[in-house]
Amino acid sequence: MAELRKEDEAVDATPNVTEVETVEAATETAAVAAIEAPVERGEPILQVRGLVKHFPLTQGILFKKQVGAVKAVDGVSFDLYQGETLGIVGESGCGKSTVAKLLMMLETATAGEIFYKGQDITKLSGRALKAVRRNIQMVFQDPYTSLNPRMTVGDIIGEPFDIHPEVAPKGDRRRKVQELLDVVGLNPEYINRYPHQFSGGQRQRIGIARGLALNPEIIICDEPVSALDVSVQAQVVNLMEKLQDEFNLSYLFIAHDLSIVRHISDRVGVMYLGKMAEIGTDTQIYDHPTHPYTQALLSAVPVPDPEAREGRERIILTGDVPSPANPPSGCRFRTRCWKAQDKCATDVPLLAIPERFQGSDTPAAHESACHFAEEKDVVHAA
Amino acid sequence: MLLEVRDLYVEFRTRDGVAKAVNGVTYSVDAGETLAVLGESGSGKSVTAQAVMGILDTPPGRITGGEVLFRGRDLLKLKEDARRAVRGAEMAMIFQDALSSLNPVLTVGDQLGEMFVVHRGMSRKDARAKAVELMDRVRIPAARERVGQYPHQFSGGMRQRIMIAMAMALEPALIIADEPTTALDVTVQAQVMELLAELRRELGMGLILITHDLGVVADVADRIAVMYAGRIVETAPVHDIYKAPAHPYTQGLLDSIPRLDHKGRELYAIKGLPPNLTAIPPGCPFHPRCPRARDVCRIDVPPLYRVSEERRSACHFWEETVDASSA
Repeated sequence: MAELRKEDEAVDATPNVTEVETVEAATETAAVAAIEAPVERGEPILQVRGLVKHFPLTQGILFKKQVGAVKAVDGVSFDLYQGETLGIVGESGCGKSTVAKLLMMLETATAGEIFYKGQDITKLSGRALKAVRRNIQMVFQDPYTSLNPRMTVGDIIGEPFDIHPEVAPKGDRRRKVQELLDVVGLNPEYINRYPHQFSGGQRQRIGIARGLALNPEIIICDEPVSALDVSVQAQVVNLMEKLQDEFNLSYLFIAHDLSIVRHISDRVGVMYLGKMAEIGTDTQIYDHPTHPYTQALLSAVPVPDPEAREGRERIILTGDVPSPANPPSGCRFRTRCWKAQDKCATDVPLLAIPERFQGSDTPAAHESACHFAEEKDVVHAA
Repeated sequence: MLLEVRDLYVEFRTRDGVAKAVNGVTYSVDAGETLAVLGESGSGKSVTAQAVMGILDTPPGRITGGEVLFRGRDLLKLKEDARRAVRGAEMAMIFQDALSSLNPVLTVGDQLGEMFVVHRGMSRKDARAKAVELMDRVRIPAARERVGQYPHQFSGGMRQRIMIAMAMALEPALIIADEPTTALDVTVQAQVMELLAELRRELGMGLILITHDLGVVADVADRIAVMYAGRIVETAPVHDIYKAPAHPYTQGLLDSIPRLDHKGRELYAIKGLPPNLTAIPPGCPFHPRCPRARDVCRIDVPPLYRVSEERRSACHFWEETVDASSA
């Protein structure tokens, strides 16, 4: 009798375990299905909410203790819409590259959510995560160090297929790689060459081909043209625009060159010390900036027109960017801002449409994190 | 004329053959004038400057012809110790990467003071006081406290200020700045360029600004020399060149940069790549990439044609180019 009962329990327990497994498998399958489903053009494909990344600062060798944190990204939210290019600008140390690494899941976020087609990718694992990784690819800044010098171009571009064999079956890979080379404007016969046999611009094309290999939906470009010469830069920018139309890609385009960002982006976000200072369409940001930092940044860009030398107002900021390990209280820009008042030291300004512009349809009505947001054109000569 | 470079030739011996880096460059700078030398990587703009300063690595480099006249004296004929007396005292250079140009194990005060100890025979104590004075002048806050710090304790912009202070130390007549702001963020770049321009005005120095940035050129230069494959392809006052370039390469560069003040359409891209310096194309070196190239361009090297009193263009069809670009 006792034995029977034991057996009964065992029988009972078994289906319970499988039930849990099937529930998990079912949610994973559902997540994969959601990830594979197409998104309408103009709908958000990526939604970032309150993203935070703190790098701990430790002291001591044997007994490490945390003495602080570099607040590289400190509460960043934005949307990326299907088929658009969102430019992210900011100076070194503002956290723009950390955002890229977080979206690629090369770093784990300290807090915050990244929704890809409604799925929070920071919480995914297994098949669903793999499916996301396939759909979000990256093009790196330095075409000299981001390609393995010991691998042929064919191996470099074909390597993603080892992890995602469903995209290109083994026998088909060589043809697929040659097709990609052709798409990025390189001779398909170069498949057996090594990276050092190519110029900087050609190497960046190889990096782009690798990014395209898995037919992703989003490409994160971290300073993709800043290492290139002016004449070659234009070739690569044009290529990226062409590919976007052809493959219906969404770009997150991170750069410090404000002119290039304006050229390629539909919308632009300006970052300062781990926070988003201002975000809007390219016209809103460049022609009607309301955040003092954006205004200073834009006014500092030299314009290739000697006639504009005298006509343009220059805002020369004093000092350097404060350390992200110890950012100023309140508004982070206040230590360099000419408008700063007591309020700025105590209240953190939220990224929102400033009150004075709410409900109006002026181009100044876009999100800006400043207590004293005011429109000012600094790009065009007076 | 403060500095005149005449028909300068420099080549490098490499494994792949002789790289002809500079092929007959001629330019001049007057006191108080800013000349921008514009070119992409490999155009020979930095090598020319190194030959002028006398800091070219020889070997592998070799100056095979030409003159560098500084206040009428040919520097290339001077002995090394005479050259050294000129360098630093009469002409100085600012480099792109301040961190690797400064000595990491010496304090900035020692490095700044060294100029006075070596060239002026000052005592260490006086040199130190001079160093503080210089740091004040380039607006480094708390100079007296920071004079004993090491380069790594300064930010990128501050380090570039120290480089500028070092170049200015002996109030030279000529400064060569090789991409002085390329490694800096845009707001810091604006600070540094403004400082450089201000000190140049104050001291009435000549400035050669080597850059690839057409925006920076438009901002500060009086005259511009555009280089391609080791040659000057166009020189002109800065206003003329932006209004109507007289060389297809200059025009291509201007059309290929995106603008800040409007969105613009597809960028014009100069086709192809800059030439390999071990095998520069015959005739005009730009002809394989040029939309105006004709048979003559493949055979005859274009001389610097006179466009106007102050303008020269090394294009057989410069008239066409000016007409097309001013239309």
